[in-house]
Amino acid sequence: MDFLLRLIEFALSRQEQVAEGLVQHAWYVITVLVTAGLFAIVTGVVTRRNLLAKELALAIASVFLTIPSLALFVIFIPLVGLGFAPSFIALFLYSLLPILRNTITGLDGIDPGVLDAAKGMGLSPLQVLIKVELPLAWPVILAGVRVSSMLTVGIASIATLVAGGGLGDFIKSGLARLPLPNSLESIWLGTLLCLVLALAIDLILQALRAATISKGIR
Amino acid sequence: MSNVLIRLENVSKSYGAGSEPAVRNLTLEVMRGEVLVLVGPSGCGKSTTLRLINRLIEPTSGRMFIDGEDVTDANPSELRRKIGYVIQQVGLFPHRTIAENIATVPMLLGWKKDKIAARVDELLELVSMDPEIYRDRYPKELSGGQAQRIGVARALAADPDVLLMDEPFGAIDPITRDRLQNEFLRLQQELKKTIVFVTHDIDEAIKMGNRIAILREGSEIAQLDTPEAILSHPADEFVESFLGSGAILKGLTLKKVSDIELHQVPTLTSPVMREDALKTLQESVDQVALLLDANGKPLRWIDERALNRTTQPIEKSGRPVTVDLQPEDTLQDALTVMLQSSVGMACVTDRKGKYLGCTTIESLAKLIMSDG
Repeated sequence: MDFLLRLIEFALSRQEQVAEGLVQHAWYVITVLVTAGLFAIVTGVVTRRNLLAKELALAIASVFLTIPSLALFVIFIPLVGLGFAPSFIALFLYSLLPILRNTITGLDGIDPGVLDAAKGMGLSPLQVLIKVELPLAWPVILAGVRVSSMLTVGIASIATLVAGGGLGDFIKSGLARLPLPNSLESIWLGTLLCLVLALAIDLILQALRAATISKGIR
Repeated sequence: MSNVLIRLENVSKSYGAGSEPAVRNLTLEVMRGEVLVLVGPSGCGKSTTLRLINRLIEPTSGRMFIDGEDVTDANPSELRRKIGYVIQQVGLFPHRTIAENIATVPMLLGWKKDKIAARVDELLELVSMDPEIYRDRYPKELSGGQAQRIGVARALAADPDVLLMDEPFGAIDPITRDRLQNEFLRLQQELKKTIVFVTHDIDEAIKMGNRIAILREGSEIAQLDTPEAILSHPADEFVESFLGSGAILKGLTLKKVSDIELHQVPTLTSPVMREDALKTLQESVDQVALLLDANGKPLRWIDERALNRTTQPIEKSGRPVTVDLQPEDTLQDALTVMLQSSVGMACVTDRKGKYLGCTTIESLAKLIMSDG
């Protein structure tokens, strides 16, 4: 109870930092989801008819996810310097696999009869993609985006190590000052804010899901 | 206006060198307004042939004409919008409502909204589904039979002259299939579309087709003729074995009760005196008489033994007539009823139930003999 009060007091005394951290962290998540999402969906669509290309794309995206996150944030510094850029690149690469995997799964899972009928009725290949394939794969793709969003919220805390800001700042400064006063509070604050952000983003994605998925396939 | 609507000319389709072509040098003409059934064992290339017509499969060589126009190099998407397409898997778009599914081709053709809405309702009525109930539902809420009804409605949406159907009723349970086939035949009588229908089921082919093309491997035509001609004169052993041993029985589905001469058994009209009944029966060559009610509706088969059992009134003797045939029923129905009947005959009545005569096994056999 005592600790909780101290935590609240700690947060209230640093409102500006809290806001700044949240905004920076959320910005990472949003930019990464939009860019990696588009990139992964386009890759999935382009490679959907070619088994080799599909497997290759998946293999590459899997490799990114196996690189230790600490290393992935750091190795781009010689190329792009410190701050937002190396963090963004690392998070972008991490987010690809879940979305790509689900895009491919979603497109593969479409009933061949539906595609045959669509073509047979005279939809052009682009119309088949936009009016049939993507809407039908969308629930699965969106589930991939959701996994990526959780991943990004968590891993974006590492951006602080390459001077990228975000909620990781609280965790890092707390760790550096352990066991001094307010160090544990700082770590807890950073962690809790990450959870709150993750929850908020999940709610937004849920709303997006409800708004964009046809009742016929929900 | 030529009678030939679709013409395939020396069309071949092979998948790479070395493999046997799926379609080898096929020339086929489909007449305006007919149902041409392509039937053959699996792997004979019948589906490939169908999909060549709307260019879902591009021919390796040969030309294709629709209504005299060479469509071998036409834009495939535009060509397909003019050809209805129904497949076994139905392939309704699950994310779209029934109305949106039916409206697919009209939307592609850029019809006006109110014209599309009116057309959707018209088509739902046509396939016996209430627009008020089904318009805004999704495909997942339909049974298999209902889904294929919508599949047919969707194919008819832009009123195409040509309809291609690839085993449309193949995945539907036998009872529903029979009903859909009958509905389809009724629809076709009104619509007079030119239909190419693929099936592996010879019985379905005989029932649905104005003409049947029996195909063997490589989509080679073994015989192309009317169902009657194929059943009575199979071209070769392949056709014969494909028809199976029951060719004569299958032929019975093509003929109606009205095609055979009805036999007249002695009739009694209720109420009747026992002595009169006995006299009628003894004067006749038949072993039984038919008891009719005052309106001429058949009630019971009466024989001498029944009349001699005096403990019961005549109206309760003998055996009841359970099933009546009507002149438009098929001879296969007649055979079934006769085999189930205790007297080896089946009563034929008009629509109002008035007795017309009886079919007998002998008259059926005579008809089959005269055909052979």
